[in-house]
Amino acid sequence: MEGQELPYVLIDCIGGKHGVYEDHVEFLEKHFHLISMKEYLENKKPLSEKIRAIYMWYHKPVVNEELLQSLPNLKIVASSGVGIDHLDLHLLSSYGVKVANTPFAVSTDTADFGMALMLASSRRLVEGYQMAVSPDTDYFPADWLGAEVSGATLGIVGMGTIGYKVAQRAKAFEMKILYHNRNQRNKEEESAVGAVYCKKIDDLLQQSDFVLLSVTLTPQTHKLIGKRELELMKPTATLINISRGLVVDQDALVEALQKKVIKAAALDVTYPEPLPR
Amino acid sequence: MLRSKAFSLLKPIPLMFGQSNLASKCIHPAIASHGHRCHRRSPVDYRQKYKTYSCSVGGGTISASHMKVMAEDLPGVLILDIGGTHGVLENLAALLKKHFHLITMKEFLENKKEMSKKIQSVFVFECRPTIDQELLESLPNLKVIGNSGVGVDHLDLKMISNFGVKVTNTPHAVADPTADMAMTLMLASARRLVEGCQIAVSPDTKCFAVDWLGVEVTRATLGIIGMGSIGYKVAQRARAFNMKILYHNRNQRRKEEEEAVGAHYCEKMEDLLQQSDFVMLVVNLTPETHKLIGKKELGLMKPTATLINISRGAVIDQDALVEALQKKIIRAAALDVTHPEPLPRDHPLLKLNNIIITPHIGTATVQAIRMMAEEAIANILAVLNGQPIPSEVFPK
Repeated sequence: MEGQELPYVLIDCIGGKHGVYEDHVEFLEKHFHLISMKEYLENKKPLSEKIRAIYMWYHKPVVNEELLQSLPNLKIVASSGVGIDHLDLHLLSSYGVKVANTPFAVSTDTADFGMALMLASSRRLVEGYQMAVSPDTDYFPADWLGAEVSGATLGIVGMGTIGYKVAQRAKAFEMKILYHNRNQRNKEEESAVGAVYCKKIDDLLQQSDFVLLSVTLTPQTHKLIGKRELELMKPTATLINISRGLVVDQDALVEALQKKVIKAAALDVTYPEPLPR
Repeated sequence: MLRSKAFSLLKPIPLMFGQSNLASKCIHPAIASHGHRCHRRSPVDYRQKYKTYSCSVGGGTISASHMKVMAEDLPGVLILDIGGTHGVLENLAALLKKHFHLITMKEFLENKKEMSKKIQSVFVFECRPTIDQELLESLPNLKVIGNSGVGVDHLDLKMISNFGVKVTNTPHAVADPTADMAMTLMLASARRLVEGCQIAVSPDTKCFAVDWLGVEVTRATLGIIGMGSIGYKVAQRARAFNMKILYHNRNQRRKEEEEAVGAHYCEKMEDLLQQSDFVMLVVNLTPETHKLIGKKELGLMKPTATLINISRGAVIDQDALVEALQKKIIRAAALDVTHPEPLPRDHPLLKLNNIIITPHIGTATVQAIRMMAEEAIANILAVLNGQPIPSEVFPK
């Protein structure tokens, strides 16, 4: 509306390696008056009262107590992505600030990537590519083999929106699907993807050829997969992580891979990111 | 469909002298598992099936000399070699030996006079041994070339037919793993998996840039060129990703088949090329499909599109592809097959950064290699026993 000021929204910056995308600015500015952290810090007094929301893009700007104290009219922190393990929910709540995430936007692409990692790992895609392009390659050996995805058993740990979409995709590969979740899904949902509930995660770990982690990171799922769980897995099994790095005990994983306790792992997430070189 | 038809044609194989009833046991699981599979058998199942070579001679134990005699009474099958860089894998050779007297090329060449008459079949593994006129002339009792794999473009079908020799392939065993590989290439290319892996492990990486993006597979348009068994399995998988599926094929599939995967027929390949985000080649190599995708076809594709090839390298005009990728006429390519394989190390395709190449691993899984051997064995036995042949290939 003409003359009515758009709400002031704090962002980290625009462009560069970590900023809000330049091509998003236009549609954001249809609704909001964007204030970058730099502008805010240079002009705190007039701006601090006007800022009503923070648009958090890839976990920036960092929202700490100091910032919360200086934004008296802050109503909401909207974080892009579905994970909110980087936010102190209690702190935000104590300041009366709401938190929002984006579960719908992330689900299919994350599920696609889970499938990509599973397929790439089982068929040894990265190694195969390296062989195909290596200057030392004379021929392709006949005994160089991967393992099949079609018809194998996939164990999904965490059957939320993303986990369910993974199950939908895996079903088309005639995979046998097991899942472990805080709650069992209803019968129709299970039948639609042919998923069998494993109340005990151990049962899933022992039977799966592929174990895929699609849980949120909470105190309960921190180091959910450690030495014990890795040893319960088949020695021919692959661990896939599309959750958060901290869901896996990384030291235990290193040992398990070195000693071939499990066959392989495919991780889109680690702790920290990137890993120390 | 095709698979169940093949299954119903088969009858139990009558016992031949010196041959166990294993022949009938091995045909049914090979075909049955393809036709009625809910879960693919693990290799363990097959090992258990083939463990006991049930030949009882007068109820007593079998001596080594008896075994030797019986092995040599089995039909002679020529192979290149066992093990080594290009030979038949050891565990496959063990499978073959349950039904055949295996003769390597070396053994054959050292003893042509005696061996040539014994050879009733050649088991062609990874396109070897080469079947040329000279070889065919020297094998008077040759009945069948049993190829491991579905592609037969490396075989001169007309020449082989002129010698009265049949050719069989293994279409059922290859379909799932090849369709899986097609999906792997499409996902890996779209999501820049190889590049991403390189960034994640590179010693120079300090942070992960947030503006590093791939393209979406879910809801994108997949154009399948060649909707045979493999192409159809690709469509079944792609449907689960909510992809819009177009296809071009010599013949349109039946309505029920189209509806089951939500596929739309494009009578003109040009229509498919212009609308697809991913163009996937799943044809066999014939004179008609040679250089099917050239400069014109690449020019018709979207500049944001990806070309995926799991057929044969010669289906694409490789020089045209190099140019298209260099000039960003298309976004990227992902090839499991090239011509030749491997490419010469100085080939321009190896220098591009918007391409994934894999070393022809469409069927390179433990399970598939075994199933291909079993399917080939079943075909060879069918020919030698005068039974209906599950997968015979005829010259045009």
